[in-house]
Amino acid sequence: MDVSMTVNGKGVSADVEPRTLLVDFVRNDLGLTGTNIGCDTSQCGSCTVHLDGMAVKSCTVLAVQADGSEITTIEGLATNGQMHPMQTAFWDAHGLQCGFCTPGMIMASVKLADGNPGISDDDVRHGLEGNFCRCTGYENIVKAVKLGAAAMGGGQ
Amino acid sequence: MSRYMGTSVKRVEDPRFLQGKGKYVANLTLPGMAYIAVKRSPLAHATIRSVDTSQAEALDGVIGVYVGQDLLDGGASFACGSLPCGFTPPDIVTPAHNPVAVDKVRHVGDAVAVVVAESPYVAEDALDLIDVDFDPLPAVVDARGAMDEGAPLVHDEAPNNLSYHWPLGDEEATNDALADADHVIELEFINQRLIANAMEPRACVAEWDDATESMTVWTTTQNPHTIRLLLGAFTLGIPEQKIRVIAPDVGGGFGSKIFHYPEEVITPWVARAINRPAKWVATRSEAYITDAQGRDHVTKAKLGVTNDGLITSLHVTTWANNGAYLSTFAPLIPTALYITLLSGVYKIPHIFGQTYGTLTNTVPVDAYRGAGRPEASYLLETMVDLAARKLEMDPVELRRKNLIPSDEFPYQTPVALVYDSGNYPALLDKAEDLSKYDSMRKDQETARAEGRLVGVGFASCIEASGPAPSAVAVGLGAAIGLFESGTIRVHPTGKVTVLTGSHSHGQGHETTFAQIVADEFGIDLEDIDIVHGDTDRVQYGVGTYGSRSAAIGGSALVKSAEKIREKLKKVAAHQLEASVDDMVYDQDEGTISVAGSPETVKTFAELAFALTTADNLPEGVEPGLEETTFYDPANFTFPASAHVAKVEIDPKTGEVDLQSYAAVDDVGNVINPMIVEGQILGGIIQGVGQALWEHGIYDEDGQLLSGSMLSYAMPRADGFPSIAVDRIETPSPHNPLGVKGAGEMGTIAATAAVSSAVLDALAPLGIRHLNMPLTPEKIHKAIATAGNGGGE
Repeated sequence: MDVSMTVNGKGVSADVEPRTLLVDFVRNDLGLTGTNIGCDTSQCGSCTVHLDGMAVKSCTVLAVQADGSEITTIEGLATNGQMHPMQTAFWDAHGLQCGFCTPGMIMASVKLADGNPGISDDDVRHGLEGNFCRCTGYENIVKAVKLGAAAMGGGQ
Repeated sequence: MSRYMGTSVKRVEDPRFLQGKGKYVANLTLPGMAYIAVKRSPLAHATIRSVDTSQAEALDGVIGVYVGQDLLDGGASFACGSLPCGFTPPDIVTPAHNPVAVDKVRHVGDAVAVVVAESPYVAEDALDLIDVDFDPLPAVVDARGAMDEGAPLVHDEAPNNLSYHWPLGDEEATNDALADADHVIELEFINQRLIANAMEPRACVAEWDDATESMTVWTTTQNPHTIRLLLGAFTLGIPEQKIRVIAPDVGGGFGSKIFHYPEEVITPWVARAINRPAKWVATRSEAYITDAQGRDHVTKAKLGVTNDGLITSLHVTTWANNGAYLSTFAPLIPTALYITLLSGVYKIPHIFGQTYGTLTNTVPVDAYRGAGRPEASYLLETMVDLAARKLEMDPVELRRKNLIPSDEFPYQTPVALVYDSGNYPALLDKAEDLSKYDSMRKDQETARAEGRLVGVGFASCIEASGPAPSAVAVGLGAAIGLFESGTIRVHPTGKVTVLTGSHSHGQGHETTFAQIVADEFGIDLEDIDIVHGDTDRVQYGVGTYGSRSAAIGGSALVKSAEKIREKLKKVAAHQLEASVDDMVYDQDEGTISVAGSPETVKTFAELAFALTTADNLPEGVEPGLEETTFYDPANFTFPASAHVAKVEIDPKTGEVDLQSYAAVDDVGNVINPMIVEGQILGGIIQGVGQALWEHGIYDEDGQLLSGSMLSYAMPRADGFPSIAVDRIETPSPHNPLGVKGAGEMGTIAATAAVSSAVLDALAPLGIRHLNMPLTPEKIHKAIATAGNGGGE
């Protein structure tokens, strides 16, 4: 099946098997391997991307379902070579160790912080329930998201 | 004066991870690559009658399908050998472990056949077309039950399913001391099976070069040189110099990526058989039934105490479940990393411990964060709490009475280890302050008076990190020495490449090792690159596990730096026409001058270049600037900790609310406080996970019931309060950095502390012990059985 979408601001189209998962399309067809696959039951959130402005787990969306949509992956988050404030915040707060959950964690956090510059600890913890990290114990991720949210100042 | 050591330098490896540029194995695509999927046994124990691969082979896009015998025979590739065990104490039975099962399968997930296809989707499709005719056999899953008479045999060569028996200590003297004790606390309990769940599933890519007859293997390992050694010597039989193992960015390990796995044999075997690059990536479901799991002990313990709370003796018998095959270091964990830790931070005159290592129809068990040491600390802390309750003493007071005094180091325990340094009373004091222990106890009294179930848990624990020295480790049964290598290569421009045998998979070595080297020379951090994880770039090294990297890998770099400074002094002395003995290396400035004449200096970069032009060197000094050290430590290092947890239990639901957590750790000198704190925090949450939620549950047929992230309770962001961490520093006296391991201490203490808090909350109901995980269901049942519905 033919699919066309905008990924990180660039139009892409391809002929894919109908069963192709969005995450496999992004990784294998587009070579955007920043989006990681950490599970096969939609639990871990490593594969989180933005689809038409929402944070979604790209292992749970078929590529054909994303036809015509706007996708942002971790590779598309920086602007003009400048890291997004949430990326910088994860760096500053030591919100990552092995880095594998990090792209999904950051994509989820950007949406969580959107319009919420003073987000509370509880809201961060609740909002990231669907993103697993095995290294950090989440403490520094919570700090990072609050820091990033403040830096975003309510915008994206 | 150091400029970087002891400071929270931001991690230099982070920008690539933050921007999705991590080089994980699964991200690698090579031209002409074929994709591997593995057919796995759905049964825990069965004879393989036949495997029909014809339909799978006929599927469009399938390149080949192979069974276990194909790998043993070799065919167009190598004849594969059995996966070896790397720790073999006396009289151990080590059954064969074929990369793909031949006659029998012995756990759910055991490999039965291998599909190679043009795409991963086609490879998966073909799995369903393979018809395996199994003859099911009864299974055994329980660590102790495996030794029961008439239990199904996992391997014919291991009678009673016993692989090894490992006793340590004077049993007679211990029994005498127990007989003389005023009180003997007895407990039988379980330390449950855990699943490591590193976020990156394992993966392997292999490429065979027909022209040079050499193999490159990219694999998710914590120790690439060990994997190369085992591939060369045992499983593939390719000469070691023809194998290159690359462990690029690895997404967490926690022990589970130490071991040599079947897929690391299958993938290169396939690459040669089809003469194309081949790739295998585990699904998470596969990870649950193939990654080596952790813990799984059944234990009987007896602790002797006097009326005034002095511990006199400890007798321990443990049945440790090793699963269906002995994983690479499996027998090491419940023996030399467990029984030897049974003295904890306490002065216990008589200790005897023994482990029966059994085989069962479950996924192999090996090191998982802490690896033996959390099992020891949980045992000891649980017993000490029971003693305190029996004697109606405050549990911290009883602990304090039994601590090894800070002036008795080095301290020889009755179970082989010699502790290097520590100050346990100071740890306890600081933990009491940080947690506001006294006021927590007062709050608890008030809460109890109101009928609320509030508990305070305390754990003071020891860790032996960086197993050493090599002679002792090998004497106990280790197949390789436990040193580490470090090369410092100074380039003509004074820029530096460091080649370390350690491997970073989240620990931040690219930052901390650069901090070490920068301060050794007085150069900028940005001028140093750390290279690890590639056997063709890095000299033989041992790798990263057992919280060893800073103490051993870091020390190797200090030694290499010393050699380089000595060489630079000789060159500077020659050029400044002074005696070498008068040369002063200023590690703040990165310069060398003659003592008393600080105005005339040679810089690090000038001297590095002088060794490149090589036209004005003293006699006997070779050109070039590169030094290597293989550092074999004199001893383990012994980090310690005191952690305090407070919980409240909802009597209606049995749910545990972890309300506060305070941790004071002593990991010796600290290179990067931010990174150390991160290690402690992450470790604590894994420990809390074991105490409250995580459990690899097998039914009696050997099916893993908690076999996915849906059913296995991984810690999530919303399960915790903010954690308070602090530390004291008693440097290790035997390594040049004075550091101790920091990677596992959090886990070692947290499991015990949180379990202690929950049992403390339940103690007024007469509940003496509950096995972990302390789930709402288990607690609710216990409360109901205790005849107290919580005021309802």
